[in-house]
Amino acid sequence: MSNMSKQPILELRNVVTNYGRIQALKDISLKVFPGEIVSIIGANGAGKSTTLMTICNITPCESGEVLYKGLPIQGKAPDLLPPMGLCQVPEGRRIFPRLSVRENLEMGAFFRKDKEEIKRDLEYVLDLFPVLRERRRQKGGTLSGGEQQMLAIARALMSRPEVLLLDEPSLGLAPLIVRQIFSIVERISKEGMTILLVEQNANLALKIAARGYVLETGKVTMEDLASNLLENKDIKKAYLGE
Amino acid sequence: MIRGSKKIWRTWAIAMAWFYVLLWPLMGIHPDGTLTFRNSLTVWAWVTGVSGVLLALHQLNKTGKFDAVALPLISARASVSRGIDTVPIWIWWMIGFGATFALPFFTGRYVQDVAINVMIYICLGLGLNIVVGLCGLLDLGFIAFYGVGAYTYGLLSIHYAMPFWICLPFAALTAAVAGCIIGYPTLRMRGDYLAIVTLGFGEIVRLILNNWMQLTNGPNGILGIQSPGMYYFSFADGFTLEHLWLKKLTYMYYIIMGLMVLIIIAVQRLNFSRIGRAWEAIREDETVAELMGVNTFKLKLSAYAMGAVFGGLAGAFFAARMRFVSPESFTFLESAMVLAMVVLGGMGSIPGIMLGALALVALPEVFREFELYRMLAFGGAMTVMMIFKPRGLWPAKRFGTRSDDND
Amino acid sequence: MDFFIQQFINGLTLGGIYALIALGYTMVYGIIQLINFAHGEFFAAGGYMGVILLSFMASMGYMETHPWLCLMGSIALTMAYCAMLAMAVEKVAYKPLRYASRLSVLLSALGMSIFLQNGLMLTQGVYDKAYPTAFTQGGFTMGIIRMSYMQVMIMVLTVGLLIGLNILVFRTKIGTAMRATAQDKVMSALVGINSNRIISTTFALGAGLAAAAGIMVGLYYGSVRYDMGFVPGIKAFAAAVLGGIGNITGAMIGGLIIGMVEIMAAGYLSSEYKDVWAFIILIAVLYFMPTGIMGENVDDTRV
Repeated sequence: MSNMSKQPILELRNVVTNYGRIQALKDISLKVFPGEIVSIIGANGAGKSTTLMTICNITPCESGEVLYKGLPIQGKAPDLLPPMGLCQVPEGRRIFPRLSVRENLEMGAFFRKDKEEIKRDLEYVLDLFPVLRERRRQKGGTLSGGEQQMLAIARALMSRPEVLLLDEPSLGLAPLIVRQIFSIVERISKEGMTILLVEQNANLALKIAARGYVLETGKVTMEDLASNLLENKDIKKAYLGE
Repeated sequence: MIRGSKKIWRTWAIAMAWFYVLLWPLMGIHPDGTLTFRNSLTVWAWVTGVSGVLLALHQLNKTGKFDAVALPLISARASVSRGIDTVPIWIWWMIGFGATFALPFFTGRYVQDVAINVMIYICLGLGLNIVVGLCGLLDLGFIAFYGVGAYTYGLLSIHYAMPFWICLPFAALTAAVAGCIIGYPTLRMRGDYLAIVTLGFGEIVRLILNNWMQLTNGPNGILGIQSPGMYYFSFADGFTLEHLWLKKLTYMYYIIMGLMVLIIIAVQRLNFSRIGRAWEAIREDETVAELMGVNTFKLKLSAYAMGAVFGGLAGAFFAARMRFVSPESFTFLESAMVLAMVVLGGMGSIPGIMLGALALVALPEVFREFELYRMLAFGGAMTVMMIFKPRGLWPAKRFGTRSDDND
Repeated sequence: MDFFIQQFINGLTLGGIYALIALGYTMVYGIIQLINFAHGEFFAAGGYMGVILLSFMASMGYMETHPWLCLMGSIALTMAYCAMLAMAVEKVAYKPLRYASRLSVLLSALGMSIFLQNGLMLTQGVYDKAYPTAFTQGGFTMGIIRMSYMQVMIMVLTVGLLIGLNILVFRTKIGTAMRATAQDKVMSALVGINSNRIISTTFALGAGLAAAAGIMVGLYYGSVRYDMGFVPGIKAFAAAVLGGIGNITGAMIGGLIIGMVEIMAAGYLSSEYKDVWAFIILIAVLYFMPTGIMGENVDDTRV
């Protein structure tokens, strides 16, 4: 009940990001508090994926601040973030196609030096996603879409993140698989992980999230508790298909 | 500011240390068992000194200490270029043409010799420009066409005593055929591979020229090629037709100048023709060009052929001038130099290519004492230019605007 | 038959050399899509560093007392030297152009190639530099097979290096990271891999192998020249393409094939044109099977 004084673990302040001459993010501000699931919803091209890429400095922001645990991280090299506990599962899975499932997972823990713990985490994620254990010697590119998504999430978990950025995990997947994945997302959230979820499937996203942001053409147009957003008339019309 | 500058100096110091570590083993370890440091330290001191000074100047410039000098210079340069722009372009061409025409009257053999070389390379550069600059095909074996043209004239001259002017179209033809042969398999390849394959072709041509003794006389080359000749009417003893061998250097000068002017005109026309536009479309984005109905196959082939023709013509002239050809003149290094000329001078821009040819042919003559270091400087300059001025010294002006024009 | 076996062994030896050089090309192309024109110069620099070190040791008398130690030490030092050279070249000439056009970085590589070649020429002389011939003589016969000690050593060393590289790339963490970075540079950064360091490592490894090849060639033929890197470089690149660019196993196989074809063609057809076969194979592969025998291994995410 006394969340007032809690510091956001991830915060964007007046972030502007450009793609060449196009302004993809026009002054975005958002906050994510520890332990919660926050969802960003919006139409295609609204800037959702750009937001995550900006946080990770793959597409660095032109101006504004990105704060992680209170410290500015904008402009830092992207590979410095996973050791700090910030990890992204990008859009389209992007598993390493010619590495085996096991090697993909090992790469998730690349920067870690604690061999015993890595082994334990490997067992953990293989338990979480039994199909990966089955296919652990297969090359990543031969997996189905849903399996690749699981592999991508498992790989991110191997870095022992505190904040997980998920970009469109439901994209292109059958509803059954999507439900499986989202239940796992809920499960790891319950175990304490902070999650920033970008999703086109607003229904699913707002159902598991605590709070939500609506992005339209690079601007945050709405920010509220997820439950409120689900009931909101405009949101219903625009994104929930009612 | 202080913090930033400390970082640069630290990087520079580390770089200089690495440089010495890499340099010393090559210069200081001797087969007689001695280890010396003097020579390597001398070189190192020079490099460190010069780079340090340059870096210091650059840093000072950034902090604005030189604004008193720099700003007026920049505004002066701006007003000069505005002044240049007000004069219609053809006046500049006329002036250039006039100056080039008048050159032999004021200069001696040496300068004319260098000028002839420059003009040959300008012709080569213009030819390569069609392939690389206009069409975007990275050709590293361009000198092969030069060689084909040269040997065509050489062989026709000594076996059939065909006059130069008749052989010119033959040289152009064989070069064009060679262009098609080389172009055909490479049409489908992507940029990087194209470079290596054309390099390979250039080498193959050189190997053939070097080894096919019956045809080309191998490494010994072909001697006794005739110079161009000219018939003229003489009124000495009535109306007769006299023949004159154009062996004098000045005659050579005007022949190559004429050739160069023709090629410049041809390139200008091509530049602004439908074919030129199509080539540029291919260079910008081949897939899109194909979708727009551009027959990339034929056009790429014609780009090769066109560039080859210019190269072949220059080659024929070269053979006529030197009166001797051998495979040694047609190495990969020559291809690289012509490419450097085009890219460093300014891809796709005719004045840029002329500037490039001037820089790469005339400048080494000025620095004759440093002949040994010429190639070293050349290689280094290529890398440096790519990092700091990738569009060349005098880049072609683009028409219209593009989203990435902010460079 | 005698002749054939002899040529076969020669082909294997040469093929191994080409494989070592090809690995550098293929690894670098796989990771940053650059044809490192200067790679041939690492091969040449290796040859030179080898002769410098061995001559020095010979004059100090070490070659007589510990010939094998000298040799191994020279090889190791040379590989380290060329690795450092490659890392420096990458930092200076390629890293600033990481996001520039392909043409720019290709020309920068070309410039580096010319620069290094001339650097070698200016510091070491235009003429061939001879290797000390302490133990390059002698051989043995085994039935109809005649092999020189040098050939055996080259083969053993080559196989050793190739196996070593294989273990490094396929069974170690850093090797997996190299492969990951080659397949998807952005994603590798997102999992915490420092791509700059991986790229430097790739360059260093490739150059080290080329350096070893350089020494072995120097020992085998007895001398080195400042421009010895040019033609073998192109052939090695052809080998890399033949095997599938970016593909390490492919480069090894490609090198062996190119070496074998060259020796056999020289032996049975004509020795004057032996250099053209690599080019012909290159053109044929690019025309009929551009992804090579074993398939490419590059960053498919870059369009």
